[in-house]
Parts: sequence; structure tokens; C-alpha cells
Amino acid sequence: MDSNLIKPHWEHFEHDADIGIRGIAPTLEQAFEQAAVAMTAVVTDPLMVSDSKAVDIQCEATDNELLLVSWINELVYVMAVKGLLFNRYQIIINNGKLSATAFGEAVNRKKHHPAVEIKGATFTDLHVYQRTDGVWVAQCIVDV
Amino acid sequence: MDIHQFIQLDETSWEIQPIGAMRVPGIIYADAQLLLDMDQKVYEQIINVATLPGIVEAAYAMPDAHWGYGFPIGGVAAFDPDQGGVVSAGCVGFDISCGVRTLNTGLNMAELQPHKQALADALYRTVPAGVGSRGKIHLNHKTMHGMLTGGAQWALEQGFGEEQDLERIEENGCMAGAEPRYVSPRARERQKDEMGTLGSGNHYLEVQRIAEIFDQTVASGFGLRVDDVVISIHCGSRGLGHQIGTEFLKEMVMAAVQHQIVLPDRELACAPLASPLGKHYLGAMRAAINCALANRQIITHLTRQAVATVFPDIHLDLFYDVSHNTCKLEQHRVDGRKKALYVHRKGATRAFGPGHPDLPAVFKEIGQPVLIGGSMGTSSYVLCGTSASEQNSFSSACHGAGRAMSRSKATKQWQGKAVVGQLAAKGIVIRSPSMRGVAEEAPLAYKDVSVVVDIADRAGLARKVARLEPVICIKG
Repeated sequence: MDSNLIKPHWEHFEHDADIGIRGIAPTLEQAFEQAAVAMTAVVTDPLMVSDSKAVDIQCEATDNELLLVSWINELVYVMAVKGLLFNRYQIIINNGKLSATAFGEAVNRKKHHPAVEIKGATFTDLHVYQRTDGVWVAQCIVDV
Repeated sequence: MDIHQFIQLDETSWEIQPIGAMRVPGIIYADAQLLLDMDQKVYEQIINVATLPGIVEAAYAMPDAHWGYGFPIGGVAAFDPDQGGVVSAGCVGFDISCGVRTLNTGLNMAELQPHKQALADALYRTVPAGVGSRGKIHLNHKTMHGMLTGGAQWALEQGFGEEQDLERIEENGCMAGAEPRYVSPRARERQKDEMGTLGSGNHYLEVQRIAEIFDQTVASGFGLRVDDVVISIHCGSRGLGHQIGTEFLKEMVMAAVQHQIVLPDRELACAPLASPLGKHYLGAMRAAINCALANRQIITHLTRQAVATVFPDIHLDLFYDVSHNTCKLEQHRVDGRKKALYVHRKGATRAFGPGHPDLPAVFKEIGQPVLIGGSMGTSSYVLCGTSASEQNSFSSACHGAGRAMSRSKATKQWQGKAVVGQLAAKGIVIRSPSMRGVAEEAPLAYKDVSVVVDIADRAGLARKVARLEPVICIKG
């Protein structure tokens, strides 16, 4: 199957104490975007979040796996200090450098009923790879 | 897991003999059933920890051990700086110095009963809980520095609490050796509005009834009686600790090659105690311990204020405050000789026995109170440190129950409102900003802490003193 026929999507996977986030998409960038939507879904339903605010985010790392951890941790930081939730992202990755815009809005406890705040992305079950059908998968466990 | 992987040492201890790169054995405290039920990942993670440079005696897993990040939650490991020992950000974890503090109210259940709802409302109004909650305290550069170096002592100086609180906090409320210069601007930024907040997840403030006493003598010494009401606070170093954990974990992973450390799992990221990076982490981690101690001190103050609106004539005395995600320099006996070791406890509680020199006068004869947090709707326990745990586990015991079910499974199985209703039928009042959070923390999503505590008692890690039942739970 052509990897471009796969619609970018996300899912959660099981961990005893915490929760795994996984993005699955035709490109590495989209897989990172979807992993970040999965991260929002740990906190609240992403469909409840509007995209009225945009924040630019940059990070870099020596390999794709470290880059995923860095990307999620950048988002965790911005969400915490700016009190935001994001529902959509646009990413460009070039030579280990990630440049992104995250779209979202301020946390509203009545609207979003946020379940839990995320402490950080972990190296546990951390994998970024391209499947044999060309589809990209980006995943890790987040500590909540 | 398969119990044939172990050599059974006695009824409650199981050894993994050194294989491959293991420098020391692994020891798990459990009975056969608990061991069978443990995740195989605990076995793998204990083996990995046992390969780290400078580890002494053994890598230990407490009876509540479960699959953590690199290090099992419920793990204990000590490192000797004279043998190239390491300090590991992974072995401390993200929520540095997360812990439990318990306050005596002097009330009994009959006195509380008519005011239960009013007290729940007052506590919920006064103590910020849940995602996006902010405290009323805003730290600037100077007050941040004071907090990071002074811990609960700093909080006291700011008017939060009372002098007599300090001796009932580990380190007398202030972790020595904190170096704020190694706490990044980002960690500070994440914390500046979060002092005095509970956080979310499994963090809570609970009003509890002493339901059962197991050791009358120790309970009397601790001032605990059946039907007394206590208040327990479970939280940690908030965003500051999380950010320090995140940053040093990455830095230690990247520096492992330079330090010639082979990491069996990147999550066990560590640096030699003697290296600049190791020292920087110790300085920052100790500052985070102070942050957690200050945070619980401020929440104590807020709790006192809230309680005073309902019970103006009572005083809340601090019973004790324990931390369970730390690395501390302690004296322990190895091969008959006293050694200064860096003891990592992740999801494990320090449990000094009677006579330990670091205990305050009030607990010197009895031993240290060990506070074991339950979860919303399940029992918590008070234990007491034993002399035997010095040999067994570098004076360490379990910290809680651990999850039996993942968060996503829990939300599929229960609805928050129904959980609140079921607990109300049992007389337990819940206040929480998030019903989904309540569902994720449903009592049945956790293992039975009673089993864990029984094993800790039988293994000589700590003695059972009292069982506490929740009455009111403010859930983050």
C-alpha cells in the first residue's frame, strides 16, 4: 500500500502507571504532529480545543528519537508556562532541526475538564521509525 | 513474572544472581503471589540497574514495585563515590521529592461528621488543585532563590507554618547542598506561579479516619488513636522538579559516551558522582527537594486556614513529612564498614529505625514514621522504620500501591460522576475539578495497598502501625 494513502492519525497505548502517545502518518513531520495531538488527548479531548492562538517552537537533537522527546517536552513546557492547550501543529524537520507552529487556546477548566497535567516525555517505549510500507511511526510514554 | 528466575532467600525475599554485566545481585521483596503478579519488566529493570557503575550490595525492589522508567517504581539503589559511583536523574524520576505529609487534627470522627461537606468545600476552595491551577504566591528571582535553598524553612520565614513543624520534616525541612545556579530559567519559569498547588494525577489532599491500629505502643508514641481524624497531603516539586528531571535526563543521555557509561536503557541516564554534570544534577535535584518541602509547607498553611473556617478552635500539628523520589547522601554499613553512599529511592520511602542519628528527638526511640499513601477510596497506612531495614534495603520501605490498570482502561471502565456517587455511598466525599481525572484515579484502578504493606511488615522493611480510611478527598 502506498504510504501516502494512510491518513495521519494518533492513538494511545498502554503503560502501567502512565500513558503512551503514538503518531502514525505518511511523513515524519506528520507523525510528530499526530504524536503531539495524542499528547493533548491525554489532557483533554482535542476536538474541544480551538486554535485561536499560535506559538512558534524550535528544537533540535542528534537523532529522530531524541528529537521526538525534545519536541514533546517543548510543548509540555509551553503548555505549562503559558497555560495553553494545543489541537493542531505544523512542523518542518530539517537535518535534526525542528521548527513548528502549535495552534491552540488557553486552558479553560469548565470547557476542557483537563484530566491531568503532563510532567514530561520519557525515553520509555520511545521509537521513531519508518515501517516497511513507508509509513512513519513516532511514539513514547509520557509521565503524568 | 516467572518465579523460577529467582533464588528464594526467605519467605519474602527473592534474589536475582548476577548475570551478564550485573555488578551486584537484584533483590525483590514480595511473597510468591505478589512476585507472580509483578510485571516481567521489573525483573529486566532491576537487572539493568545492577549494571550501573559503583552500585553496592544489591539493586532492590520494594513490594509495590512496578514498571517504571528505567528504574522500577519502588526501586532502591545505592552508589559508592569511591568506586566510580553515579547519580542518575532517571533513578530519581520526574517528580523529585514527591511525598506524603500527615497532620493530626485532634478531632475524632463524631466531631467531624456533621461538618464533612463544609470542610470539603473549604479545603477545595482554599487549596489549588488540578491542571492550570495557580497559587497566590508569585516568586521573583530573590524569593525563588530563597525557596530553592531554604525549603520548608524558607516557607516558614514567609509566614507559612510554625517553628515546631520543621523537626517533623526530613532534613529538618531544608535539604543541604542545594545549588540554585544549576536550576535552569525554564524550571524557574515553570514554578513561579505554582507554589502551594497540589497538581494533578495521583496527587491529593485527604481527610482520613484512623480505622485500625496494629501496634498500640508505637501508635501511642506517634499520638494516633482509632477514630482520630488526620489530614494527608500527597504532592511534589511541581513543574520545577519535572523540568529539572527532563533537562538532566537528556543531558546525561548525551554525556554517557563521554563518561564511558554503557546505558542498558536510556532512561537510566546517569553521570559519575565526581563529574561536573553529576554535581550539577545533585545541586539542582536538592533545590527541587526544597521546592517540594516548601510546597507541602505552604499547602499545610492553606489547609490550616481552611480548617479554621470550620473548626476555629483546633490546631493542626504536623505529624511527619516523607519524600519518596530522591537521591540522598547517607551513612550505611557495607561489608562491616560505614560508608557514605548516594541512595536513590524512586517510589520508595526512607525508613530509619530506632536510634538512627538523623532522626529528630521526638522519633529517636521509636523510629521514623513511614507514610504510605493509598488512592482515593482506598486505605493509607502509617508504618514505622525498623533497625532491620538498614541491612535489608538501606533503610527503605514501599511508598504506595501502584496502578493495577492503565488510565485509558480506567476511563473506558468508569465514569467520574459514577465513581463520585459510589464513594459518596461509602461516606467518602470527593471534590475535583475534573471528572475524567476522577475516573482515571478510580479506586479499583489501583492495586490493594494492604497486601503491599503486609509484605513490607513481614520482610522487616517497616512495621505496620495504623490503617487510615479516606473521608474527604480533594483530587487534583
